[in-house]
Amino acid sequence: MSRSTGGYTLLTDDLRGLVYIGWKDLRAYYLKPPNISWGILLPFAFMLAFAMRNPGGLRELVPGLLGLTILFGTSSMEAIVITFERRTGAFERLLLAPVRLPALLAGKMLGGMIFGLTVTLAVLVVVMIAFGTDGVNWPMLFLALLFSAVAFAALGAFVSVTVKEVFEAQTLANFIRFPMIFLGGVFLPVTSMPVALQVVARILPLTYAVEALRAALGQGAGSLLGVDLLALFAFTVGLFLATVWLLARRLA
Amino acid sequence: MWIAEMPHPEIIAGGGAIVHAVEVEGLTKVYPPAGKTGKPLRAVDGLSFAVAEGEVFGFLGPNGAGKTTTIRMLTGLARPTAGSARVLGFDVGSAITPIKKRIGVAPEASNLYDELSARDNLVFAMQLYGVPRPERGPRANQLLARFGLAEKRDAPFASLSRGMKRALTIAAALAHRPQLVFLDEPTTGLDVMSARNLRRMIAGLREEGVTVFLTTHYLEEAERLCDRVAIIVQGRLVALDTVDGLKARINRKPGIEVILADEQGVTETRGIESDDIAAAAHSMLAGAAGRRLLAINTVRPSLEDVFVELTGLSAQAMLQEKGGKG
Repeated sequence: MSRSTGGYTLLTDDLRGLVYIGWKDLRAYYLKPPNISWGILLPFAFMLAFAMRNPGGLRELVPGLLGLTILFGTSSMEAIVITFERRTGAFERLLLAPVRLPALLAGKMLGGMIFGLTVTLAVLVVVMIAFGTDGVNWPMLFLALLFSAVAFAALGAFVSVTVKEVFEAQTLANFIRFPMIFLGGVFLPVTSMPVALQVVARILPLTYAVEALRAALGQGAGSLLGVDLLALFAFTVGLFLATVWLLARRLA
Repeated sequence: MWIAEMPHPEIIAGGGAIVHAVEVEGLTKVYPPAGKTGKPLRAVDGLSFAVAEGEVFGFLGPNGAGKTTTIRMLTGLARPTAGSARVLGFDVGSAITPIKKRIGVAPEASNLYDELSARDNLVFAMQLYGVPRPERGPRANQLLARFGLAEKRDAPFASLSRGMKRALTIAAALAHRPQLVFLDEPTTGLDVMSARNLRRMIAGLREEGVTVFLTTHYLEEAERLCDRVAIIVQGRLVALDTVDGLKARINRKPGIEVILADEQGVTETRGIESDDIAAAAHSMLAGAAGRRLLAINTVRPSLEDVFVELTGLSAQAMLQEKGGKG
C-alpha cells in the first residue's frame, strides 16, 4: 500500500533544505577571512593593472570589473566546495536528506551567490565612492547583479558535477572563465572585436552580464538590458538542468 | 513537518499481525561493466527478506557481498535493477522522500563536516530534517552526552579522534529521531573501548524501539547485538534466522572440554561432543585419574562455526580481506 505525501510538505522540506544547505556552506566555507579578502582583492588587482596602462579609461572598466568580481566570487569556491564534499563523502549526507535534488543544488548555489554578491557589493561601494553615482539605474543594477550571480552559481555547480577531483574543478572552471575575461567585453568592448570573436562572445554568459551592468550603470548607450537578462536566465536554466541531470545519472 | 508530529505510518502488512520496517522482494542490482571487456557486476542478486519493526537486524557477509549496495538501494542512493523494496511501508522507487524523513543512515566512512563543531554538525542534521528550532539545542546536548562527547561540543569535527568521529556520525544519524537506522560497519577500525561503547549504544537503541539495520563483518558483534542475522555472499541470501536458530542448523552437538595438568604442570585439553553434558563430564573426569583438573568448559557452536559452514569462508579470511582494504 502506498501513501501519498502532500506536495506542500515536499515543497516546505525542499525550501527548508535549500536555505539550511546554503547557510551551512556560508558558515563552513565561504565566510572565512582569507576568502573574503581574496575575493575583494582580486578585482582591485585587475583595476590597478589596467589603471597603470590606461589611467583615463578606468570608469569604462567598472562594469567589466563588477562582472569579473561576481563571476569569480560566485563560482570559484562553489565549484570547489561541491567537488570537495563529493570527494569526502559529506555530499552523501545531503543526498540522504529529505531534500530533492534540484533544491539541494539550489542550496549549494545559494551559498556561492550570497558570497559573490557580498564581495561584489563591497567592490561596488568603493567604485561608487570613486566615480560617483551619476546615471546609475539602481533597480536595474540590482537585477543585473542578481541574474549574473544566479547564472554564475549554476556554472559553478555544473563544473563541480562534471569532475571528480578538486584540482580538476579548478582547472575546468578556469578553462571556462579565462576566455571570458578576454572575450566577454571586460577590457575590450565586444562590438570592437573581429566578427568571429563576437560570435564566440555571444555564447559566453559574462558578455551578457557585463552588458547588463554597463546599461544599468548608465554607460550602455542603446543596449538591450532585457535581452541580456533573458540570456543570463537561459544560461541559468540550461546549466541547472544539465547539472541535475548529470547528478541524477550518477545516482542510478 | 517533523517526524514526531506525524501520525505513525501504516505499515501493517496483510492481516495486520506482521509489521515490517523493511520488506525486500527479489532485489537486484547489476552495475554496467567497467571498461569494454568487463562483465556486468551483479552486486545484489535476487535478495528477499523482511525486517520486523523494533528488531536489530544483522546483515553479515564478506567484503563485496553486496551489503552496502543493499543499503544504498534502501536509502535512495542507488536504484534497484530489478525487484522491489519497501521501507516503513513506502516504496523506494516511488516514495523515497517520505522514507528519507523517517530513516537515519550512518555510512561506513564518518562523513560529517570537518569545519563545523560537533554540536553544529548535529544541529545541521536536525535542520535538514525539520526538527523545530527549540528542540535542536537540547537534543544536540543530549546526544553529545549520550555518546560521551559533551566535552568536545565546540571542537571541530576534524579534530576528533577516529572513535569520536564514528560516534558523532552515528549520533547525527539519530538526531531527528528516525524510526529506522542503518549502521554500515559501525565498529570497523575502532579501538576496543570505542567499539564496546558503540555496541552498548546500539543495544540501547533497541530499548527505545528504534529498528536497527546493521551491517558488520564481526561475527561476535552480530552474535551479541542482533535479534536476527542475514548472511549474504556474492549478493545472495545464504541464511536468515535468529543467532540461536542459525547455530541449531549446523550439525554439531554441544560438548564439554576439560583442561588437565600432570605432575610436571604440562596441560592437556580434551574435548567430547554429546547431548548429555553431565554424562560426558563424568566420563571425561573418570578417565583423568591422577591429574589435576584445571577447568571444565561447555562448548557450544558459535556463529563463526555457522558462518564457516554456510559460506565456506573462514572468518579470519574475511577479516583479513577487510583489513587489506583499509
